[in-house]
Amino acid sequence: MQRIGVFVCHCGTNIAATVDVKKVAELVRFEPGVVHAEDYTYMCSEVGQQRIIDTVKEKNLTGIVVCSCSPRMHEATFRKCAEKAGINPYMVEIANIREHCSWIHKDMEEATEKAVILARAAIAKVNLNAPLQEGESPVTKRALVIGGGIAGIQTAIDIAEAGYPVDIVEKTPSIGGRMSQLDKTFPTLDCSSCILTPKMVEASAHPLITLHTYSEVENVSGFVGNFEVDIRKKARSVNMDKCTGCGVCMTKCPMKKVPSEFNRNLNTRTAIYTPFAQAVPNVPVIDRENCMYFKTGKCGVCSKVCQAGAVDYEQQDEIITEKYGAIVVATGFDMIKLDKFDEYAYSQSADVITSLELERIMNAAGPTSGHLERISDGKAPKNIVFIQCVGSRCNDHRGKPYCSKICCMYTAKHAMLIRDKYPDTNVTVFYIDVRTPGKNFDEFYRRAVEQYHVNYVKGQVGKVVPKADGTLDVQGVDLLDNKQIVVNADMVVLAAAIEPNPDIRKIATMLTASIDTNNFLTEAHAKLRPVESPTAGIFLSGVTQGPKDIPETVSQAGAAAVKVIGLLAKDKLKTNPCTAKCDPIACNGCSTCANVCPYGAISYEDQLVRGPGVNETRRVAVVNTALCQGCGACSASCPSGAMDLQGFSNRQLISEVDAICR
Amino acid sequence: MPMINGEFRPKIVAFCCNWCSYGGADLAGSSRLSYPADVKIIRVPCSGRVNPMFILRAFERGADGVIICGCHPGDCHYSTGNYYARRRMTLLFSMLEYIGIENGRTRVEWVSAAEGVKFQATMNEFVEKVKSLGENVRLGDLRCKD
Repeated sequence: MQRIGVFVCHCGTNIAATVDVKKVAELVRFEPGVVHAEDYTYMCSEVGQQRIIDTVKEKNLTGIVVCSCSPRMHEATFRKCAEKAGINPYMVEIANIREHCSWIHKDMEEATEKAVILARAAIAKVNLNAPLQEGESPVTKRALVIGGGIAGIQTAIDIAEAGYPVDIVEKTPSIGGRMSQLDKTFPTLDCSSCILTPKMVEASAHPLITLHTYSEVENVSGFVGNFEVDIRKKARSVNMDKCTGCGVCMTKCPMKKVPSEFNRNLNTRTAIYTPFAQAVPNVPVIDRENCMYFKTGKCGVCSKVCQAGAVDYEQQDEIITEKYGAIVVATGFDMIKLDKFDEYAYSQSADVITSLELERIMNAAGPTSGHLERISDGKAPKNIVFIQCVGSRCNDHRGKPYCSKICCMYTAKHAMLIRDKYPDTNVTVFYIDVRTPGKNFDEFYRRAVEQYHVNYVKGQVGKVVPKADGTLDVQGVDLLDNKQIVVNADMVVLAAAIEPNPDIRKIATMLTASIDTNNFLTEAHAKLRPVESPTAGIFLSGVTQGPKDIPETVSQAGAAAVKVIGLLAKDKLKTNPCTAKCDPIACNGCSTCANVCPYGAISYEDQLVRGPGVNETRRVAVVNTALCQGCGACSASCPSGAMDLQGFSNRQLISEVDAICR
Repeated sequence: MPMINGEFRPKIVAFCCNWCSYGGADLAGSSRLSYPADVKIIRVPCSGRVNPMFILRAFERGADGVIICGCHPGDCHYSTGNYYARRRMTLLFSMLEYIGIENGRTRVEWVSAAEGVKFQATMNEFVEKVKSLGENVRLGDLRCKD
């Protein structure tokens, strides 16, 4: 028989305001196995934990029930506390009377009654708990970063600087990401490339960083400390070791009409290409879908002009398998597609562009060599209208419910740069709210208004109408003057919402990392563990977790790196002891459990089985505890009840059901 | 029939997987999204852990409704557990209906850790449904009654 102590936490008033904690302690005192019950203001505090430790020693407790917040919050805390008190940490159960009770119920009587039932269920479970021993597993001291934008680059550099090897897998032919497409950065207006390219070079030159560009993660297996990842290295058709990056192939390629993804399709590139001049690695790829040689079998110009003999049309996709201890997701973002927002005439007029397209137009290396020009006729625009929140803060299915966070600031930047370089250009910004929380952000925005006289209009735009003379009528509302207005413009710039990389669902599924309704990856704890996924060994860097600007991305990238370093610095990891266990007497070797096990943790061996009425050698299931992750699929499917999950056994869960239904 | 202030209050057992739905329930809690106190949550590592035996036991012991919540298809922390749960429960529920436990008393729902609102809505809906069906008398073990 267990000797159980029940500790009911007030959590200040979080629990005590709606649950009569004293009554809970009183009512559970006579439950089977309970020898002690008390309540205290903050059970997780040092004093609270000391009370638990003292009581364990004083009353020789063998099990602990803490009625408090969610086990996702403090289960680890109380397990450590139990260990300090000298009992097995897995003899602790939490009754979640905060998130699942006090915070959602208002009626004290009802909430107290529910809290008692939840406590009873936990007590019933602890009565059947058995001490469990954590195992150990080795750590592969190598990290994988998925995504080679500023987030991935920074994380990789920080990890490598601590002395651990890192691989970056980047889908496109070059690292650099979105930041490489930007012209200037707010609020300092320094040139994006000038601060990014040294980092790209640092990453590629670092002895501990391996770049896998033009590559994608194909499959992930294993678990924290021991991931095994298949990486598809797409055929570049150019030998990376031989290529000198001279670029002759690109100048001679006759296929020059391929839309340039890097320039947001505003101009064209060749079929053999690097996305931009500062690409790292500076090795071109052949876009096989558009290459004359691959389409018709005729051409081969690039191969003929290549002095180094690097062009290799026979190259095949290669799949490499690597082992990693930790994986960082830094897959970044894209702008939403605007086909659902046709009132802004994006599909009808070439002069309605997105802000990322404007970045390319303003960029000296962009399609217009940095000259502000209309895409339709190449003329300098005299009246420009910026429309904010296109798809952001949107309540209907067309857009995103969240604020994209960066648009207010980059629009102020664009407006300011245009007014500075072309003072005779009128700039109007339609906004819902201007949001500038950030160091030197509001000062920056005010400069745009006060110093550069950018015309900010509070109100939304209903429609953009292309006119016969090539200009655009922007029909909007001025909420401050309470009137409808029409602004004639030569160019309209849409601050389209940002959304996570379209591949993120596929990646999250491979990593079994949780994802929210907007496709951002979920943190282990929104406030206290913002760079970790709830899945152990998976870390989040950059916009993959939520909208953020460059400084925030870089800080988060560093934070993710620190968490990875902390993991890789360990030689052994403690493994979850809640693994499956087979009772050989009941097992008849039917293989049902092995068929449902996602980890291949169950094998069969001939064992001498001795028990009441049995004495024979037969085939029984054996669980490899190093591989078992404790999902319990085997336990639920075992027809003879032989397979059971330690820590969540059939008897434990049934006793909880009984306690709740009592 | 368990009545409070003249109103039928069902007993509802909710099995929530540790990774998604239990987190969804926590989020509902921290967002103060209220749902009836009739729902009592049991934490399981995965929806695939839920043995049909647990559900039968709950009905036998007087539960009026049982709901199983897991990660969305494709998002299972253990890759495939929710698929097994879905198949297993589809079979079990049709068998239960055959013996008189109405389909409305049993449910499988996917709730992610970010879907506090969905958790609340699901529970509100489910409790209403079970309330409309009244007390489970079909499988309840009379010896368990007061």
